[in-house]
Amino acid sequence: MSDTSDAQDTAVRLTDIGKRFPGVIANDQVNVTVRHGTVHALVGENGAGKSTLMKILYGVQKPDSGTIEVDGRQVSFSSPADAIAAGIGMVFQHFMLADNLTVLENVVLGAEKLYGSGDRARRRIHELATSYGFDLDPDRLVEDLGVGDRQRVEILKVLYRGARTIILDEPTAVLVPQEVDELFENLRGLKAEGLTVLFISHKLDEVLAVADDVTVIRRGRTVTTVDPKQTTARQLAELMVGSELPSPSTETSTVTDVVALSVRDLSMFDPQGGRDLLTDVSFDIRRGEVVGVAGVEGNGQAELVEAIMGMRKVQGTIALGDEDVANWSTARRRESGIGYIPEDRHRHGLLLDAPLWENRMLGHQTREPNRKGPFIDRGGARADTERIVEAYDVRTPSIDTTARALSGGNQQKLIVGREMSSEPLLLIASHPTRGVDVGAQAAIWDHIKTARREGLAVLLISADLDELIGLSDTIHVMLRGRLVGTVDPQTVTPEQLGSAMTGAEVPA
Amino acid sequence: MTELLEKATGTVRKVRPTWPVVLLGVAAVILLLAVLREITGAQDVASSGTVRAAIRAAMPIALAGLGGLWSERSGVVNIGLEGMMIMGTFGAGWAGYQWGMWAGVAFALLFGAIAGGLHAIATVGFGVDHIVSGVAINVIALGAGQYLAGLAFTGKQGGGPTQSPPVEPMSTFDIPGISNLAQTLESKHWFFVSDLGAIVLGLTSRLTPLVIGGLLLFVLTWWVLWRTTFGLRVRSCGESPEAAESLGVNVYFYKYVAVIISGALAGLAGAFLVNDSTVYREGQTGGRGYIGLAAMIFGNWRPGGLLAGSSLFGYTDALRLRSGGESVHALVLLLAVLLLFYAIYMLRTRRSQALASVALAVGLLAIFVLTDEIAGDFTGMTPYLTTLLVLALFSQRLRMPKADGQVYRKGSAG
Amino acid sequence: MRFDVRRAALTLAAPLLAIIFAVLVTSLVLAVAGDPVGEVWSTIFSKPKPRNIVNIINSGSVLYLSALAVAVGFRMNLFNIGVDGQYRLAAFVAAYVAGEAWLPGKLNVVFSIVVAIAVGAIWAGIAGLLRVTRGVSEVISTIMLNSIATYLVAYLLRQVSAKGTNNIHTNDIPVSSQLAGFKIVPDAPIAVYTLSLLAVVAAVFYWLLLNRTVFGFNLRATGQSESAAVASGVNVKKMIIVSMLISGGIAGLIGMPLLFGDSYNYGLTFQTGLGFAGIAVALLGRNNPIGIAFAALLFAFLNEQSNALQLTAGVSNDIVNIMQGVIVLSVVVAYEVVRRYNNAAEQRRVAAQLESTRQPEEVAA
Repeated sequence: MSDTSDAQDTAVRLTDIGKRFPGVIANDQVNVTVRHGTVHALVGENGAGKSTLMKILYGVQKPDSGTIEVDGRQVSFSSPADAIAAGIGMVFQHFMLADNLTVLENVVLGAEKLYGSGDRARRRIHELATSYGFDLDPDRLVEDLGVGDRQRVEILKVLYRGARTIILDEPTAVLVPQEVDELFENLRGLKAEGLTVLFISHKLDEVLAVADDVTVIRRGRTVTTVDPKQTTARQLAELMVGSELPSPSTETSTVTDVVALSVRDLSMFDPQGGRDLLTDVSFDIRRGEVVGVAGVEGNGQAELVEAIMGMRKVQGTIALGDEDVANWSTARRRESGIGYIPEDRHRHGLLLDAPLWENRMLGHQTREPNRKGPFIDRGGARADTERIVEAYDVRTPSIDTTARALSGGNQQKLIVGREMSSEPLLLIASHPTRGVDVGAQAAIWDHIKTARREGLAVLLISADLDELIGLSDTIHVMLRGRLVGTVDPQTVTPEQLGSAMTGAEVPA
Repeated sequence: MTELLEKATGTVRKVRPTWPVVLLGVAAVILLLAVLREITGAQDVASSGTVRAAIRAAMPIALAGLGGLWSERSGVVNIGLEGMMIMGTFGAGWAGYQWGMWAGVAFALLFGAIAGGLHAIATVGFGVDHIVSGVAINVIALGAGQYLAGLAFTGKQGGGPTQSPPVEPMSTFDIPGISNLAQTLESKHWFFVSDLGAIVLGLTSRLTPLVIGGLLLFVLTWWVLWRTTFGLRVRSCGESPEAAESLGVNVYFYKYVAVIISGALAGLAGAFLVNDSTVYREGQTGGRGYIGLAAMIFGNWRPGGLLAGSSLFGYTDALRLRSGGESVHALVLLLAVLLLFYAIYMLRTRRSQALASVALAVGLLAIFVLTDEIAGDFTGMTPYLTTLLVLALFSQRLRMPKADGQVYRKGSAG
Repeated sequence: MRFDVRRAALTLAAPLLAIIFAVLVTSLVLAVAGDPVGEVWSTIFSKPKPRNIVNIINSGSVLYLSALAVAVGFRMNLFNIGVDGQYRLAAFVAAYVAGEAWLPGKLNVVFSIVVAIAVGAIWAGIAGLLRVTRGVSEVISTIMLNSIATYLVAYLLRQVSAKGTNNIHTNDIPVSSQLAGFKIVPDAPIAVYTLSLLAVVAAVFYWLLLNRTVFGFNLRATGQSESAAVASGVNVKKMIIVSMLISGGIAGLIGMPLLFGDSYNYGLTFQTGLGFAGIAVALLGRNNPIGIAFAALLFAFLNEQSNALQLTAGVSNDIVNIMQGVIVLSVVVAYEVVRRYNNAAEQRRVAAQLESTRQPEEVAA
């Protein structure tokens, strides 16, 4: 594909797009050309600027610079309504659905002029659903639908508006394997109808399986566009990360015989009445051991972590050292030596509007050096925050800066420093390097490895298979709330692990 | 698996009453009241006078609640209803004594809408916390009402700094045919039939255009919010403004409109009070804005439920006015019996709740047996206690708009 | 630290702008209504007489207590709208207890205050309990409890009053338990309530509790991010109950300066509505103990100075209520605008500072 391709061929052309937010450059001279009737994948690391770019194309955000062409005409979108009018539709990573409205209401919302909001609309939805093989009842409430069906509602919304170009933002992140297959089948159907699909992902196998063109974005810039038939996953990964592909290779084993955490028969029911979130999960972590849990997101990893932290009710035993902590409060578990790097640092790890030194206390407010009797030890907390900022290279003007002002990587380094500072017996690290820059990623890996050498037991949850394989001593595979197998990270390849996660045979 | 799913959804299933169920329920209530009247001899628990008084008491609550419904369906919590209602009473009194009650209604709508607009600017435009803004609106409206009344009514004949000159109320009318028949039935003192007659008579005689208009507004609200494009967009702003914006809906616009309508309806509730007492009086609203809000929550953010909630509050209020001690005393018995039924119903699934209900029922029975009537103060408490009780028992089953009370900023989609 | 100065200046600018805006709006209302604008302001901003100063201190301290009670809840995103009912019920029970004089002299005072704290706490605790066990919003339940308190007090008041008289009030507090007050303002014919000191005590308690204790840290953390607080090990249910109890306990103090320094009994004329004023004062003072002090004094000043309006300018003093309402609404708007501006400015500044030391390598989705 060349840049001089005929306007007839080109569905969307983005030229020199730039977008800055306070403190970060999200997009910088991004150039993408999408051909008609193709599936075009946009790949890049978390935080590379893919989602921002798509929000610009969909009119949610305005670019600071650059031009957008749709079907050869230059356009300027000030709201999604403009983008919709130009034939562009978007399925967001987090579904944009109103749970308490019906499928019909969700679909016709904002496009009532097309077919009204009554029987005509119902007929049209039915037509579309059958022609694309979606099995959806227009009058059901969205809250009663499963994830796959919700995604189909999202796609239906886009089709209903007559979109010719459909953006899908990380559509597979929330799907179980057979749903992913169904989705890809649907995408091929759309392509056959002459529609153009823009597909955002950081899962390279999927990209190679479904895309006609692949554009790689790194740190807000387009690197190149490649043909997936002549590219391997390894090559793509190197393009995504840059020349130095840091690999968290394990060193000699430091696993001891002392069991730090022993989990037996953990089960959790869904309060909403869906399928059980966890079923009979049992495993041990010994001192000096990193145990990884691999699995497609939404298969119970988050629930497992919250169960061990005591944030959700669960059945079964959780033994920390010799003591059963299953009925302990979160505070008591933390005090007895569990450190916690949460998956979503903004929701669970930080007080965004509080200064760094108060964030140093969060989760450790009942212990030294933060406490003197019933009182806060401000001096102790501040001094220790200075130490963490120094030791963990948290880049900040001062410890009185609010957490919100820091970049993601620096926020995460603060959290890692904080959780390590109390010399925990067990560290629960949930996606510890998600959304952080490469430098911070390497630093965080180093800290985990050092602590492991000193006898720390680590439970590592990650979607990054290289990270899992590189850091773990043992990897359990999790599927639909169960541990379905154990693999040896010394011998397993990311491809094998990936297929094990989707329910295929677990390699010996 | 499917069994488990069924069991689980059974506990949270949303019950949408159908017409036969509603009618049956109404019949059951009338029957209960008839039995109660026979047993206790408290004639006023079901008389046309009580029903009429109940309507008068229920309408302002219902209209204020309807205002709350509009606002909250668009995602804006409105505890400023009380203040908006105060503005309505002033508008109705000020225009009403000069140019008649219809002008009063127009100005009540206008003044209420202005207060609603203020709430919208603060909450939608500036993203201020909804409760905070509502409290501020109430403070401003209270002061504005008093100041304006002092300015407008002092020295006017029949008026003063806290009261407007008398307003000519709207004329009342009967629905011919039905009301005559009902009156005949009520006078027969037949079990159930006369009670039904009394209630029908209360509903069809000495009506004002405001009562009819208010009821029509309920139908209109239901139709607009659940049957039109406009309503779908308003509701989508309350359920998921991000989704709405991602589909090109101008979220701010619909929130503004809904909150302004909300204020206008609260203002109309104020006009109803003025028409009813033929003057504007300071402190006339007496917290009805808050009760309206409670009635709306009671009614699960739906017009039908709101109407039922307001009727209940109106009814207890009416009983208080009409030989209150005796009637409410009778009502205590009814409540005790209902609680016992509830306890039996819950016995299988929620043991602790059932036991609590039994304890409460026994307590109420004791009160019923040991006293002859209930002091007026306690009857005055009834709507508030009922609200607390209902919320405590059912709040987990209520379904408020998902994004209700959340501040929404443009550009949050995605 | 240069930046913190700027941030503080902006934070102070917000209430000042709000007050100026409120003066403008009020002037506009007066002008439209045909009232003498100039005379109104010259009356309100005239030098207060010694007597007025005492009144301002007295009502300011009462408003301060009320605002503190509200602020405790606000700091953890709890809206205790029910301070009004809590203090009225507490004042009534305390007045009854004090009037019965089971204990002698000053002991009677101390005992009554403890009773008031307990009653306020229990009444607020009901709302806390309903919230954590049944999921009932405290906004609605405290509003309902306000109304219930009104009827309950009316009922109890008639039970304890002497039968067959029009003097519906609790027994007068014995003279040995009445507090004479401090004559600290020269030439004033009246004294500052002794129990105005409660405001000072409560202020120190509030500041220490919130800013210096682990409990206070947990409370603030819960207010800022409930999910982060839960992950850090805070028991949010317990926090809700305890903060409601503290809030209600402080609310119980509101009526005490009046009771022991002025009215000596609880009757139909006992001051009401202080709880709602407290909400406004807490918002203006931004839940900060010093900010609230200024806000309480400002509100007390406006209330006191406006009393003369009818005489000097022929204007109803209700105009002050409008002004107070406008101050509250505009100040919350101003705080919100400043908050957003500050956040963006700090992010920019941190980025700029770091950019000068290295190339930006960070990008975000």
